[in-house]
Amino acid sequence: MINLNAGAPKVPLAEQWASYKAGCKLVNPNNKRKLDIIVVGTGLAGASAAATLGQLGYNVKAFCYQDTPRRAHSIAAQGGINAAKNYQNDGDNVYRLFYDTIKGGDYRARESNVYRLASISPEIIDLCVAQGVPFAREYGGLLANRSFGGTQVSRTFYARGQTGQQLLIGAYSALSRQIAEGNVKLYNRRDILDVVLVDGRARGVIARNLVTGEIERHSAHAVVIASGGYGNVFYLSTNAMGSNVTPAWSAYKKGALFANPCFTQIHPTCIPVHGEFQSKLTLMSESLRNDGRIWVPLDKEDAEKLRQKKIRPEDIPESKRDYYLERRYPAFGNLVPRDVASRAAKERCDAGYGVGTTGLAVYLDFGDAIRRLGQEAIAARYGNLFQMYEQIVADNPYKTPMMIYPAVHYTMGGLWVDYELMTTVPGLYAIGECNFSDHGANRLGASALMQGLADGYFVLPYTISGYLSGEIHTPPISTSLPEFDEAVRNVSDRLSRLKNNKGTESVDYFHRKLGKIMWEYCGMSRNEAGLKKAIGLIDDLKKEFEANVRVPGGLKEYNPELEKAWRVQDFIELGDLMVRDALQRRESCGGHFREESQTPDHEAMRNDDEFAFVGAWQFKGSGSEPELHREELHFETVAPSQRSYK
Amino acid sequence: MDSSSRTRLSSITSKVIMALAGLFLVMFLLVHLGINLLLLANDGGQSFTAAAGFMATNQVIKIFEVVLFGGLLVHMFIGVAVSFRNRASRPVRYQHKSMSETSPLSRYMFHSGIIVFIFLVLHFIDFYFVKLGLVAPPAGVERHDFYRRSILLFSDKGYSAVYLVSFIFLGFHLNHAVQAAFQTIGMNHNKYIGTIKVASILYAIIVASGFMVIPFWFILFR
Amino acid sequence: MIFTLKIWRQKNAADKGGLVTYKVEDISADSSFFEMLDILNQQLIAQGVDPVAFDHDCREGICGTCSLYINGRPHGPLKGVTTCQLHMRSFRNGETIFVEPWRCGAFPVIKDLIVDRSAFDKIIQSGGYVSVNSGGIPDANTIPVPKPDSDAAFDAAACIGCGACVASCPNASAMLFVSSKVSHLALLPQGRVEAERRVQKMVSTMDSLGFGNCSNTYACEAECPKEISVVNIARMNREYLAAKIFAEKEKQISFSL
Repeated sequence: MINLNAGAPKVPLAEQWASYKAGCKLVNPNNKRKLDIIVVGTGLAGASAAATLGQLGYNVKAFCYQDTPRRAHSIAAQGGINAAKNYQNDGDNVYRLFYDTIKGGDYRARESNVYRLASISPEIIDLCVAQGVPFAREYGGLLANRSFGGTQVSRTFYARGQTGQQLLIGAYSALSRQIAEGNVKLYNRRDILDVVLVDGRARGVIARNLVTGEIERHSAHAVVIASGGYGNVFYLSTNAMGSNVTPAWSAYKKGALFANPCFTQIHPTCIPVHGEFQSKLTLMSESLRNDGRIWVPLDKEDAEKLRQKKIRPEDIPESKRDYYLERRYPAFGNLVPRDVASRAAKERCDAGYGVGTTGLAVYLDFGDAIRRLGQEAIAARYGNLFQMYEQIVADNPYKTPMMIYPAVHYTMGGLWVDYELMTTVPGLYAIGECNFSDHGANRLGASALMQGLADGYFVLPYTISGYLSGEIHTPPISTSLPEFDEAVRNVSDRLSRLKNNKGTESVDYFHRKLGKIMWEYCGMSRNEAGLKKAIGLIDDLKKEFEANVRVPGGLKEYNPELEKAWRVQDFIELGDLMVRDALQRRESCGGHFREESQTPDHEAMRNDDEFAFVGAWQFKGSGSEPELHREELHFETVAPSQRSYK
Repeated sequence: MDSSSRTRLSSITSKVIMALAGLFLVMFLLVHLGINLLLLANDGGQSFTAAAGFMATNQVIKIFEVVLFGGLLVHMFIGVAVSFRNRASRPVRYQHKSMSETSPLSRYMFHSGIIVFIFLVLHFIDFYFVKLGLVAPPAGVERHDFYRRSILLFSDKGYSAVYLVSFIFLGFHLNHAVQAAFQTIGMNHNKYIGTIKVASILYAIIVASGFMVIPFWFILFR
Repeated sequence: MIFTLKIWRQKNAADKGGLVTYKVEDISADSSFFEMLDILNQQLIAQGVDPVAFDHDCREGICGTCSLYINGRPHGPLKGVTTCQLHMRSFRNGETIFVEPWRCGAFPVIKDLIVDRSAFDKIIQSGGYVSVNSGGIPDANTIPVPKPDSDAAFDAAACIGCGACVASCPNASAMLFVSSKVSHLALLPQGRVEAERRVQKMVSTMDSLGFGNCSNTYACEAECPKEISVVNIARMNREYLAAKIFAEKEKQISFSL
């Protein structure tokens, strides 16, 4: 059993970060120039880390699979970024942001990391404004805020509905400045297929140049993974098509532990699936629930007629509608947290009350709000979202209720990291969504952007210097070491196997199949029998993939099918781990709902006595079962309590 | 940056020079139109000849004449150079023709410019070179007598047709040119862009139709 | 629905390439354009033909990866949307659809419909940022910004860097892209400090990469999926001229310790 110790300074919570910074070792500027760092991924976490490390004087190599760093999927975040600035003087402070995040995560996050995140949050806003991020402002010229789910204060900074885009462009421009100054070298259109360890330390990566198909060796004194979340394991998700787990997964296979893989966030307000060939789900901002009322028909016959388009939702009288969130949760109504709203929608649809052609949709109705406030007021608040909806669905949401259904949106789980954001492999770091550290079992809205930037701009640049101060005598790592040779051989072999497989089914076929298994058995609600069945199904799928996948095109050329094949193969393995993790966690918490663990009125029930730990999995070789290690969670500042929204 | 691109004008600088030269030509056209409209005065060409004489002899105007030719050459030279560069920036063309909405006729500035240029050449042969003595005037016309020369030309239906067509194209050229010149020198703002656009269209209509009235007048009333 | 597709196929940068005709059938009107191409690619894979390569990622209109020139227009027939937000209901049943890559010397084709847009990165690297380090930043509210300026800066900053402006421009000019970044930063006090330097550097880099010159056709504005205005180009021209005329000459100061 590995002893998982986060290693936060042993001082009171509020003093930990200051104490760490006071004591951490630094690297002299002359030596920084001699140290190489690889950063995998250029989203908010990766771009901000690469830019800051470059600014400090390290030699940075940044990798992204996109054609340019500016396209990383952080760009799609709509809502905003939290910061304990208290500009509204409404009682916000660092402690309150910390508390909301711990509680929102259903007491499955580590106090020390979350407190640090909250205390850094104000600095992020300062830096972003200095970079020229055009946050919303009041007429007085100062910054505006809005409120977001799960909090009682207005602490969210936003840039219309494109906050993620503007923050990413800020980080991208900082990165561009460092590229121009020669401190960062950018490698775009590269997939990172393996992490190379030398004497147990992370010393490099194996990349595939997606344009030429060339297999490249890159070495460094430390490797930082910032490759984002793994929501695409479900095939349909709000993630970008290229979002993948591969860099994190290769780290796992090289010995880094993978923590809480089963913690996935299912967002309640997405546009429903329309057909078999759908490739991607689109999120509608959570803010819609401020004015929209969610309902399904009270009678199954009506639901059936709606599915067959024999009647329209406007035809159903008020008395025949079931506003199930308002019915079940009178106190919070339509504004219950994401996990609760998602499960309630699934429950109604499973019971046969779902609408839309597939029966997997519920209504989000703005009729009342339009009658109360007027169409103009609603258009001012949500105009762009309504337009986007109409573009996709070809239905006018001002006239007829929107249809929504939950979709996979974010993954709280990821590589296990300590207080320094280092994985269990020395010199291998994980930042942003690809680590597990700050959101517990459920992420609050507007917290993902905060975490990515905190890690990249303010945490990693300090913590990595502690490690690198011990590396100043290590000369540049040679890429002709036997460890690199072996890694290249493994990568090339696996690519050839994929390419030369004489199968009949395309990669998408397997990906779609995996998604169905995961959604069915490891989605919004999970139970022991289903999870056990899923292990078998995934194992079958893995074998079927190996025997029957067909990858056209060549190895040494631009070959999107080959890229997908590698990623999907990793997703299949990850799916197995997620299911195992969901199986071992016999409690319900946050986004993880075990049917066996619920209150008499079907609410999620945590089991703090047995499961107040981080479940971190160790790879034991293919063919062997992974081993679970535990990091016990100690709540010294916040006492866990059962969440209730009645 | 290599030395060749240092010596070359930047894209914006060359466009601005072209626009400023163009705006200078735009002002000159108004003066030219004013004088030409004197042809319509029923005084046997007295006022027209007086104005033409003034333009031909005044020393200040002579200096402006040099500036004007300079401006014209710069405008044409940069226009041609930029057009070639623009074509080179897309070595492989699209298979499907462009369906993008564009400012009316803005795509054909080069073409309309060429037509105007051809007319200018004819015009120089007929008037300016005659004045300079490089080209012999037709029989019976004194080399400084622009009035008789004009009447003679407009009595030729073929010449009038070429003249009319050229001015239609000049109108199109100007319609886009004036507003584009303001855009190029940085004067585009939500507050007054509407005014500039309207002024540009009005200017183009006035100049083009003003010049085109003259042959009609001669055909109908002389 | 049924469609005839005429798609540009080109094996790699060196290949000459040409249009190839495909047929797709049984397409739902609710499918996105990319889902229709996905279906085509599944057919091609089943036939053992190399599938069509095209750039795409977020499929929700914000990452700027997608870049198809459809029936003579970047991002297809709709205004204000990217290719990924285009649905097949915007086409007539039985229609013939031409699909080509962006065309510009500075955007060489990598394969089929994929082009290399790293020229845009080079332009940003030459000055599209505010030179601030991540330490010692004053509180965000110490820099008040008039709301109209902030809003105008946002309008310019909405650029997703897709390159539709270049693709639509008869001259393959990048002025709308460059001017949106110049405007975004010039309108904010934070960006004002190095505005003169920025505009000169970015324009000079743009020129050196082989983009064409602006001839004010405004096709860029008409095709921009984020509807960025050509007012930004005028602002850049203004900024550039002012910088050329009034900016202090930069000195190379050498010093020794």
